[in-house]
Amino acid sequence: MMEPAYATRNSQLAIRNSQFSLPQRVRILDIQTDNYRTKTFVLDASLDAYPGQFVMAWLPRFDEKPFSLVNADPVTLMITAVGPFSRLMHAKQPGDFVWLRGPFGMGYGVEGAGKRLALVGGGYGVAPLHWLARTQLGVAASVTAVIGARTGEDILYAERFAGLSSVAAVVTTEDGSRGIHGRVTDALAPLLERGEIDAICACGPHGMLAALEKLGQAHGVETQLSWEAYMRCGIGICGACEFEGKVLCMDGPVLGTTWQA
Amino acid sequence: MSILQTPFLNHILPTPLVLASGIWGTTVSLLVRAASTGAGAVTAKSCGPVPRAGHVNPSCVAWEHGLINAIGLANPGADEEVGLLRQAQAELAPLGVPLIASIFAGTAAEFGDVARIVAEARPDYIEVNISCPNVSSEFGEPFAANPQSAAEVTGFVAEAVAPFAIPVIVKLAPNVPSIGRIARAVVEAGADALCAVNTMPGLLIDPESGQTILANRSGGLSGPALKPIALKAVYDARRACPEIPIIGTGGVSTGQDAIEMLMAGATAVGVGSAIYYRGGDTLSLIRDEMLAWMEAHNVPSPDEIRGLSHRETLYTSNPTGAPIPHAH
Repeated sequence: MMEPAYATRNSQLAIRNSQFSLPQRVRILDIQTDNYRTKTFVLDASLDAYPGQFVMAWLPRFDEKPFSLVNADPVTLMITAVGPFSRLMHAKQPGDFVWLRGPFGMGYGVEGAGKRLALVGGGYGVAPLHWLARTQLGVAASVTAVIGARTGEDILYAERFAGLSSVAAVVTTEDGSRGIHGRVTDALAPLLERGEIDAICACGPHGMLAALEKLGQAHGVETQLSWEAYMRCGIGICGACEFEGKVLCMDGPVLGTTWQA
Repeated sequence: MSILQTPFLNHILPTPLVLASGIWGTTVSLLVRAASTGAGAVTAKSCGPVPRAGHVNPSCVAWEHGLINAIGLANPGADEEVGLLRQAQAELAPLGVPLIASIFAGTAAEFGDVARIVAEARPDYIEVNISCPNVSSEFGEPFAANPQSAAEVTGFVAEAVAPFAIPVIVKLAPNVPSIGRIARAVVEAGADALCAVNTMPGLLIDPESGQTILANRSGGLSGPALKPIALKAVYDARRACPEIPIIGTGGVSTGQDAIEMLMAGATAVGVGSAIYYRGGDTLSLIRDEMLAWMEAHNVPSPDEIRGLSHRETLYTSNPTGAPIPHAH
């Protein structure tokens, strides 16, 4: 049979299928306390996803919020108690349920092997970076983690990074109570000046990401930045998460830029 | 000059594709992005008399055959919207892509008030959203539900914007017994064009919790499931109003879908939920697929096929390359 000169409808409509497009109920297997306001939830589910993508977590008749994946197999979420939804999650016990849809969005797209990577996490922005570090072991030439927060109490996942022997981990705090006294950019700038970094992968507050973007631009170093936003539909259509012309739940949350030196 | 150029009231749209209301219309940069990637006109998110936060999440999810949403008309209110519309208008003008402002309100008279405020921004068109299914708990039956209320709203808006000479598009609901009667009623009340259709009311239940998935409980169906419903709405509206421009909206995801919508009688074609299925380049994909379809079928202009399904003349593809016989 002859192929039509134009593509058929079915081939055009290759559905961008998320594995869970409707919320799926999953059991909480384990809850780890990370600091005074942050817990990590290990769930009885696995997703085909990659670092930097996110899921929508739903508690029926309450609310639904976006969370970066800490891991996809098993699905793991870091939740900091900052509002009613996260406080309700903190009241959950292993064996309780949460509903997920996803994975959504574009994660870190570190192209090519042999790069010297800086992974930079501010506050709970560190969530996706430990998984990213593990996927880059043996692929990247080197991985340096810079973990920053306001105070030592707010530092998250430093121990997890310490468990990766080939990753150099640096801690910074704004009050100097732990690690280097200063911000993540203070720790990163000397590495960039010495030409020791090829790409920056980061997640954290917008101010921190804007500062990293400037640094990357100044040194001609690729940046992969995960911009936090409130996702409403999570699937690219409502426009609630627009940032500089990008729909963060679809084009991002990680936006990559290759800067010319 | 592209063969897709589409006369629509007082403008010539660069393509017949219209970014539907509620999709990406929240910011100037996204309206411009749609306009520069294939849209021939763009619709801003509906705005009402006062700011609304919209409904709690989940407010939009994908199911097997489409999407369902109850965003709940989240918007900054008409006064704030004027600034966004002004800036959008300024940035869209060089692209030759008209801006459609979209409005809703709680009473027929209030529609006129909102239209008067929004008109200050001089949008190219004002779309009157009398058919959003997601605010009925507050506002009762949608105005689109019967010819009298639909016409009453249209009359207030037409009167309010008459001094500004802004054409009025009325967006119709699919879930009515006779869309043709409503279409005719709003045209008689002053509508310059129609948009058919809004989303179709529906509800999803999560069996594990026994609860509705949408926080608003019910929402509006869009995407592939809506296409046959929208085709019938456009078909019926075209029969009722042979001379009125119609934006056919509902489930158009491919160029072939858009062609079908034109054949049903649409003047232009709304695109929205397709962006979920096909990503950020959806509008340009659909545009290019329309051109490919037309080339493959030796259709020199959309005019050749617009309303074709209303004529008793079979369309036959002509592989010899000779122009197709006019079916008028």
